[in-house]
Amino acid sequence: MDQFIFGMEVVMNGLMTGVMYALVALGFVLIFKASGVFNYAQGVMALFAALTLVGIQNGQVPFAHLINATFGTSLHHFGWTVPAVLAVALTALVMVLLAFLIEKLVLQHLVGQEPIILFMATIGLAYFLEGLGDVMWGADIKTLNVGLPQGISDGIEEVTATWFGYGFFIDRLDLWATLIAAMLVAALVAFAQYTKQGRAMRAVADDHQAAMSVGISLRFIWVMVWSIAGFVALVAGIMWGTKSGVQFSLSLIALKALPVLMLGGFTSIPGAIVGGLIIGVGEKLFEFTIGPMVGGATENWFAYVLALIFLVFRPQGLFGERIIERV
Amino acid sequence: MIYREAGDFKTSYRDDSQTFPIRLDRWGYYAILAVAFGIIPFVINDYWANAVLVPFLIYAIAAMGLNILTGYAGQVSLGTGGFMAVGAYAVYKLMTAFPDVSIAIHVLLAGLITAAVGVLFGLPSLRIKGFYLAVATLAAQFFLVWLFNKVPWFYNYSASGQITAPTRTVFDQAVTGPAASAPAKYLVCLVFAFALAWLARNLTRGSLGRKWMAIRDMDIAAEIIGVNPLRAKLSAFAVSSFFVGIAGALLFAVYLGAAEVGEAFGINKSFLVLFMIIIGGLGSIFGSFAGAAFLVLLPVLLKNTLVGTLGWPTDLAAHIELMIVGALIVTFLIVEPHGLARLWRLAKDKLRLWPFPH
Amino acid sequence: MNAMTQDGYVTADGRQIGPVVMELRNITLRFGGVVAIKDISFDIRQGEIRAIIGPNGAGKSSMLNVISGFYHPQDGQVIFKGQVRPAMKPYQVARLGIARTFQNIALFEGMSVLDNIMTGRLNKMKAGFLSQALWWGAAEREEIENRAAVERIIDFLEIQNIRKTPVGRLPYGLKKRVELARALAAEPNLLLLDEPMAGMNVEEKEDMSRFILSVNDEFGTTICLIEHDMGVVMDLSDRVVVMDYGKKIGDGTPSEVRSNQAVIDAYLGVAHD
Repeated sequence: MDQFIFGMEVVMNGLMTGVMYALVALGFVLIFKASGVFNYAQGVMALFAALTLVGIQNGQVPFAHLINATFGTSLHHFGWTVPAVLAVALTALVMVLLAFLIEKLVLQHLVGQEPIILFMATIGLAYFLEGLGDVMWGADIKTLNVGLPQGISDGIEEVTATWFGYGFFIDRLDLWATLIAAMLVAALVAFAQYTKQGRAMRAVADDHQAAMSVGISLRFIWVMVWSIAGFVALVAGIMWGTKSGVQFSLSLIALKALPVLMLGGFTSIPGAIVGGLIIGVGEKLFEFTIGPMVGGATENWFAYVLALIFLVFRPQGLFGERIIERV
Repeated sequence: MIYREAGDFKTSYRDDSQTFPIRLDRWGYYAILAVAFGIIPFVINDYWANAVLVPFLIYAIAAMGLNILTGYAGQVSLGTGGFMAVGAYAVYKLMTAFPDVSIAIHVLLAGLITAAVGVLFGLPSLRIKGFYLAVATLAAQFFLVWLFNKVPWFYNYSASGQITAPTRTVFDQAVTGPAASAPAKYLVCLVFAFALAWLARNLTRGSLGRKWMAIRDMDIAAEIIGVNPLRAKLSAFAVSSFFVGIAGALLFAVYLGAAEVGEAFGINKSFLVLFMIIIGGLGSIFGSFAGAAFLVLLPVLLKNTLVGTLGWPTDLAAHIELMIVGALIVTFLIVEPHGLARLWRLAKDKLRLWPFPH
Repeated sequence: MNAMTQDGYVTADGRQIGPVVMELRNITLRFGGVVAIKDISFDIRQGEIRAIIGPNGAGKSSMLNVISGFYHPQDGQVIFKGQVRPAMKPYQVARLGIARTFQNIALFEGMSVLDNIMTGRLNKMKAGFLSQALWWGAAEREEIENRAAVERIIDFLEIQNIRKTPVGRLPYGLKKRVELARALAAEPNLLLLDEPMAGMNVEEKEDMSRFILSVNDEFGTTICLIEHDMGVVMDLSDRVVVMDYGKKIGDGTPSEVRSNQAVIDAYLGVAHD
């Protein structure tokens, strides 16, 4: 019985992690649907967004390290702090600018290349962004605080204590993160379904040529989609950054979205959500049940191996359509 | 005026399909071999061996391995770091378990063990294609690193969790361990790199190589003309992993001497080797060497200029290096997807026509 | 056409056609709810040029894919050389001596013309892994023997000058010819050509027709081709199957087919009352 209740707590935590995975995965799906690019840099974008947010909030001088090294100065901070809301807005702007630059400097020149070439280009992009983030804001581990509540949720602990005789340990930050992620997911789905730009985006996803022929600007859609992905990365960066500090591993956590996508199918929004939940719950449960027997830290690989095994039996993913091969 | 085929007639199919059909290329090749085997071993010092030549040769082997899989057979792998770790831990276990057997045999066996592991992780490639497969190979990367980290048997229950190469000799010269001299390390790596390059060239010129390339260019058509896709793909995984495993074994035993799996064989190693073949040229053995040379030399040069000349702090130089490597990858993919190898070929084609370009 | 017997017949131009090589019996192929081929039977005889024609979407390519083992029909049998062929992988079918070309050229773009044609002979190359790795013994010998065979085909199809050109750089018509060369390199018993003349100008079509006829004539290769250009087909082929909406609506010599009312209706359209 105790095991069962612990298990439930694990599942709850897994579900909340899963929502975060789903959120990052959604960024991938959006870009993939609209531009056919499998954006490996999504994780690094989250890191970059978080770094930028912390930098702006604390009034850090961008490129301080570089400037100091070149001119022998010793700049570090402007000496002011920026309110969280304004800082988030500014960071969002930076992400839009980044999207614009990526389209201008990279994507535009790779139109019509094979998907695998585009994929490798985004790996290069990931390296570049990682270096850029470090050069701009420094590579030390930073704490991120935009005023999200943290600590154990007393309410849930009390309620569950009366129900099960055992209080669930659930971080308030996780609750908030889940809530915000869920709202964002809903907003994105609504955006894609009901707005003019959303429809244009889906049209582009379906057929580039046809979409252009009815007067949709491919470039606008791409910039828009990469901006949205940048915004999603920002939200994910805030959540994870608040939880475990802004550091390089953040970009690896976000990489978990890859197996989520393999599970859910690269083009399916519901797939990203369900895949995220399955992987979130799956890896927590696996670590809880099998982990202690094999030395723990199975979260490092569980998602990938699960996706691998799953794909062998169903190559198109959970929600993908069956592929009929033609010659 | 010297660099051309004119007058260099080929009278048999054998001559026509040789590796260097142009006479000057052959001479250049022999000259490089003569320098590599006959001169460098006598003049090499520790700095050149450790900073440039030994890592260059080892990464060239790894790059050839990945190039066979990705450049020739078209299967992108992000698991190179994990497979190098298999080679490293295999050679470590063999070295410590059978100290009397020659290290050269251990390295070859480590390659074979890695080949077996590679085949295992290559099995899904029959069902999964393109970047689905690329992501699936991340499973190998993360799982293998975790495995070597968590199972103490692999690192002989050492307290630090590290593996350390004991001293082993070839012809009474120490090639591993702290006593190994620069020429000995260099020569061991050179012999392996040379032999494997020759092997790779042979495998890619014959029927197996054509099967790989057919699968790469159009897998369905390849199957319809009679290529068994499972065998073609798995053989590519096996041969590729053999090379990568040997590279991992040499990297640990000869170059690093001691290694911790997450640090030495993490995902960044996978990307490093992938970048080498992108910059060097997919589907080219020469490109594997060029790419390895480029990415081994780049950090050395950057460090010498930024840190040495400009006096910047090392961490800043490292970050700038990341940016440069990333930007280079994107630039190469945009401007010259076939890498340095193709630039080299273009230069040679120009030279062939010079001084009468029309 | 002279009388058709068990052993064959003699064509209008006096060629002796042999017994049945490939027989398709009651083939039905469905994709989900869509029926691509509905209960079709016909045969292909040794040494003949057999055409499958029909309007777009008639199921011709699906039929060819069934013969080459790429699709597996839900019903019906494929009988090759008197034996029912079990469901096979495409590469196994290729080893039976069935080679083909593709409607949308399926050459290996990253390889030279020579290497592309050499892939046609992969099934004839048996050198072991070690021999290939060391390039010693069987591997080298085999390479040279097969190279000689491929050079004969290169001469036959008159593409000597592009031997070492990467396929990606060739114009469309030449690509089609290289694809034919690759299929011929396998020395097939049965050669399947999927719209060999699609997208060609008149001159290229004439060249291609000439090659198809001389392949049949010189190597005695049995050929089954798909085409929707009626004119070309009628001149080339010995017997014609006509398909429409997945069904067979005619089968016989070109002249028989040409006077078949159902065929005329399918091609010219018919007024529905």
